[in-house]
Amino acid sequence: MTAIVEPSGAVAPAERAADPGRAAAAATEAILADTLDGAHRGVVVDSPPGAGKSTLVVRAARELAAAGHPLMVIAQTNAQVDDLVDRLATADPQLPVGRLHSSEPRPYDPMLDRHPSVRTSAKPADLAGQDIVVSTAAKWAWVSAEEPWRHAIVDEAYQMRSDALLAVAGLFERALFVGDPGQLDPFSQVGVEQWTGQPHDPSTSAVSTLLAHNPALPQHRLPVSWRLPASAAELVSDAFYPYTPFRSGTGPGDRRLSFAAPADGSPVDAVLDEAADAGWGLLELPAARTPRTDPEAVGAVARLVHRMLEREGGTRSERDGGADGPGSALSADRIAVGTAHRDQAAAVRAALAELGGVNGAAAEVTVDTANRLQGREFDVTVVLHPLSGRPDATRFHLETGRLCVLASRHRHACVVVCRAGVAELLDEHPATEPVQLGPVSPAPDGWEAHQAVLARLARHRVRLE
Amino acid sequence: MSLLSALARMEAAACGRARPVATVRHRHLATNPLVLVPLTTAGENGAPLGVMLGTDRSAPEVFTVPQPRDRDLRFAFLGRLAEAMLPHLESCQDEVELVERKETDPETGKRVTVEAELCADAPQVLVPTGPGVDFVRLLGRSMRFRRTAEEDPGAEHPAPPRVPLLGRWLTHYGERARVPGSSLLLSMTGLLSRHWATGQSQLEDQHLGALLAWLAPPDGLGGAEAALRAELGRDARGQLLVPPAGPATDPAFDNELLAPAIARYDKGVPGAAQEVHELVASQLRPTWEAMWQGVDLLRALPEAAHVPDRWRRDRQSYTHHRDRLRAAEPPQPRRDDAVTAARKLAMREQRQAELDAQEALDDPLVMAVRRLAGEAFLAEVLEVEMAYSDGKRPSPRPLVTVHTQDVPLLSDGDKLHRQLPTGAQQRAELVEMAGPGEYVLRLVGGMGRGKEPAPGTVPEKGDLMCWTLFEHAPRGGPGLPEPEETPWTHGGPPGEPSAERPDPVTAEDVL
Repeated sequence: MTAIVEPSGAVAPAERAADPGRAAAAATEAILADTLDGAHRGVVVDSPPGAGKSTLVVRAARELAAAGHPLMVIAQTNAQVDDLVDRLATADPQLPVGRLHSSEPRPYDPMLDRHPSVRTSAKPADLAGQDIVVSTAAKWAWVSAEEPWRHAIVDEAYQMRSDALLAVAGLFERALFVGDPGQLDPFSQVGVEQWTGQPHDPSTSAVSTLLAHNPALPQHRLPVSWRLPASAAELVSDAFYPYTPFRSGTGPGDRRLSFAAPADGSPVDAVLDEAADAGWGLLELPAARTPRTDPEAVGAVARLVHRMLEREGGTRSERDGGADGPGSALSADRIAVGTAHRDQAAAVRAALAELGGVNGAAAEVTVDTANRLQGREFDVTVVLHPLSGRPDATRFHLETGRLCVLASRHRHACVVVCRAGVAELLDEHPATEPVQLGPVSPAPDGWEAHQAVLARLARHRVRLE
Repeated sequence: MSLLSALARMEAAACGRARPVATVRHRHLATNPLVLVPLTTAGENGAPLGVMLGTDRSAPEVFTVPQPRDRDLRFAFLGRLAEAMLPHLESCQDEVELVERKETDPETGKRVTVEAELCADAPQVLVPTGPGVDFVRLLGRSMRFRRTAEEDPGAEHPAPPRVPLLGRWLTHYGERARVPGSSLLLSMTGLLSRHWATGQSQLEDQHLGALLAWLAPPDGLGGAEAALRAELGRDARGQLLVPPAGPATDPAFDNELLAPAIARYDKGVPGAAQEVHELVASQLRPTWEAMWQGVDLLRALPEAAHVPDRWRRDRQSYTHHRDRLRAAEPPQPRRDDAVTAARKLAMREQRQAELDAQEALDDPLVMAVRRLAGEAFLAEVLEVEMAYSDGKRPSPRPLVTVHTQDVPLLSDGDKLHRQLPTGAQQRAELVEMAGPGEYVLRLVGGMGRGKEPAPGTVPEKGDLMCWTLFEHAPRGGPGLPEPEETPWTHGGPPGEPSAERPDPVTAEDVL
C-alpha cells in the first residue's frame, strides 16, 4: 500500500552528534544554504512535530528578505498565516510584512494591528513593495502576478493539496516547501481513484506531486523535536516516522509534571499520576460498543481535565528554570482535549461546562478535533481514542495522521481515554483497501502505527471499572 | 452511515420491508431511458459475453458472442452494439435551445456574453449495478482508440465502422457518471439504495435481486427471506433462480452450461451459436425485468425540486461532447493532464457540495439527517430587532432571536444560510448564544439593495424556518492555469496535444 520513501541523503552528519541543539543548527544551516544559494528550484524540508518548523520559516523568510529577495509565503489556514505574520513581526519589528487577506468580515486576527510594520489588505496591489507578503493558498490562488516572485515559502506543504499548489505555483520561480509528513493527509469528499498513483493526482499532497515531477530536489529534515518530551519522541518517531526518525531535544527527567493535591484513590487520579510520572497514561473503560459520543468516555475525559485543574498541576521544564526550577502552573490554556469527530468535541465541551460551570476554568480548555489541533502545542493533552467503542475500524479512524496529531501535541504528558478491545478490533479489521499501483506515501501503515501506540500505552494502563 | 439511515435499516430489518430514506426522487429519470444489461466473460474483463438493451421493456434487443475470446466475433458484436446504441445516444443532438453564456473573449480577454446551443434533452442510460458503470467505462476505453478501415486503410484488424465513435460516447458517459448528482449514466442499485434502506448491509444492497426482494418481497415472504432466496436459491440443475445482475456471471452457470456450449461452438456443432445465445439471454432476462421493476418504483416518487437544475448540467455536458465530436477532436486522452485532473476534481467537489445542499433543501427527510448531525436546525423566531450597518450607505442588518430544539454545532461568528420562500438564499451570522437552544442571528444578505429590506425577506415573530450551516450554492474555486502553462511543480506543460496512437494489437488480441 505504501512505498518507503528514502530521504535523499541530505541529512547532516552533525545530526549524529550528541548535542541535539548542534544537530538541529547544522540541519538549519544546510537548509538555508540550499534555499539562498542552491541551484535547485525547490527545497523540501520534513519536520516532525515541534521541531522548530515555524522558527525555520521565520528565519528563512528574514534571511531571504535581508538578501534583497522579496518573497511570498503560502500557508494553509488563516490561523497559520496570522501566527506566522505575528512571529515575523515579533522577530523583526522593522520588517515590512504584508498580510493579504480575504474580503470577509474579520478576515484576520486583530492582534496583528499592534505591529506597526505589518500592513493588511485584501488587494495584492496595496502590498506591493512589502518585503514579505503572507497569505493562505486559497487567497493566493486568486492573485495574478505580472512578474512572478523570485522566492516563495510554502508552509504546511504536506497538508496542501496538489491542485492548490497547481493554482499558485505560477506565482513564484523557486520555493522552500516545509511541512510535517506525519500529520493528516489532504483528502477529497469525492472519488479520486481514477488518478491514484499518477504523478499529478490532484488530491494527493503538494509535496508528493512536487517530488514525483522533480525527484532530484534536495530533501532535508529537522532532526530534533523540541516539543515532545523524551518519553514521547521515541514512540512517535518509531510509530509515525519510521523512515525519518527524530529525537527529543530534552532528556528523561528534564521536564516534570506534578500535582499539588494528593490523589484521591480514584482511577482518574491514578492515571494522572501515571502520566505525570511516565509521560503517557491510558484510562481504559470496559469494552462496549457505543455511540460516537460515548457518554462514559466523554465523562471520563471531562473528569480528567477537571481533576488536573482541581489538583493544581504544575510543570517544570527548560523554559522556566529547568527540572528543579520554580516552574509554572498547569493552567487551563495549557491543556487540550483531542477527538476524532466534531460531535465528540461538542460533547466534551458540554461535559466540561457541566462539571466546572460555563465560566469555570475547565471551559478555557481547548477541545477540538485532530484536524483543528494540527500545528498546536500544549503541556498536557487528553485524547479520546479514535477507535474507542467502535464496531469497525474504517480508513478514517485508522488514518495514521489522525492518531499522530493527537499523540504529538504535548510537552509533558498525554492521557488517552479508550474502551478496552481496540487491539482485537484492529485484528478483526485488516486493511481492505484495493491495492493501487504507484502511490507513494511518506506515512507508515495506519494499522501498524495503531498497534505500536497501543502496545506502549498498555504499560501505563489504569482500568476504570 | 447517518443516524437516520441506520434507524431506517433497523426498522427495515424489523418489519421485513425496505424503508424510505427520501420522500422525493433525487435523480433525473428519463421518459425513455436506455436500459443496458451487459455480461462479461469470467476471467476476461474486456470480453463481453452479451448484452440486452432497449428503451422498450417489451422489446429488448439481445446480442451475444458465441466465442468471447474470438476477436473478430467480439468486434462484430461491438459493431452491432454501436448500431443499436448510437441512434439512441445521438437522438437528442439536433433539438436545441439557445442560451446565453459568459465566455472569455480570446482577443480582448474580457468576459462577453455569447449565445450557445443547449440540447433540449439528453439520452439517459441505466445499468444494473456499480460494476456495470465501470464496465461501460471499460468498453469505452477498449473502443475509442481503435481505427476503422476508413481511418487507417493499412490496419490489419480494422474495427467495424462506428465502434470508435461508440467508445467515445461510452467514455463520456462513464466519465460523467463520476460527477456527483449527474444522471446521464446511473446504476439501478445506486438509484434504489439512494431512496430506500433495506435490512441488509450496503454490500448486500449491490445485488439487484436482493435489493428488490426487500423493496417488493414476493407474496408471503419477508424481505430477509426473499433476499436470501434471491442470493442463494438454486433450481434442480444447480442454477441460480435469480442470476447475478452482472457484468459477472455465476460460476455454476459458466462451468455447467456456458462452457460446454462454447466448446460445442468451437467444434462447429450446428446450432451451437444459437444455444449460447439462448443461454446468455436466459441470464440477462431476469435482470432486464428487475431493471424495469426498479424504474417503476422510482417513477412512483415525485421528482425533487432541484433535479431539473442538475439535469440541465447533464444536458450541457451532452452538448459539449456533441460539439467536440462535430469539431472532429481526437478521442479523450488515456490519462488526464495535471490541469484537467485538477479541474475535474474541483468541479466534482463543487457538485458534491451542491448536491448535498440541494437534496437537503428538497427533502425534509434528508434535512433531518443534517439536523441530527448538527449541520442544520429548525428554529422558531422569538424576536426581530431592526438594525443597520455602519458606513455611508447603511444596509439592513436585522437581529433575529430564534429558538431551536435541535443541537447545531455552532460557534460564534459562524455563517448560516436559509432558503427564502422565493427560492433565493439568505445569509446570516451567529452573534450570540443567548441560552439553551436560543441564538441571536444577524441577517446579512438576501434583503435586496434598498435601505429597507424587501418584503418577505425578514422573518416575523413566530415564523418557523430551517437554517443550515452549509452553503446552498457553493462557489467554485479559483481558476487554474491553462494546460500549456502547467508550472514546473507539476511537470511543466504537457507538450503539443497530439492525437493519441491507437492501442497496439497484441498476441492476446488474436487467438
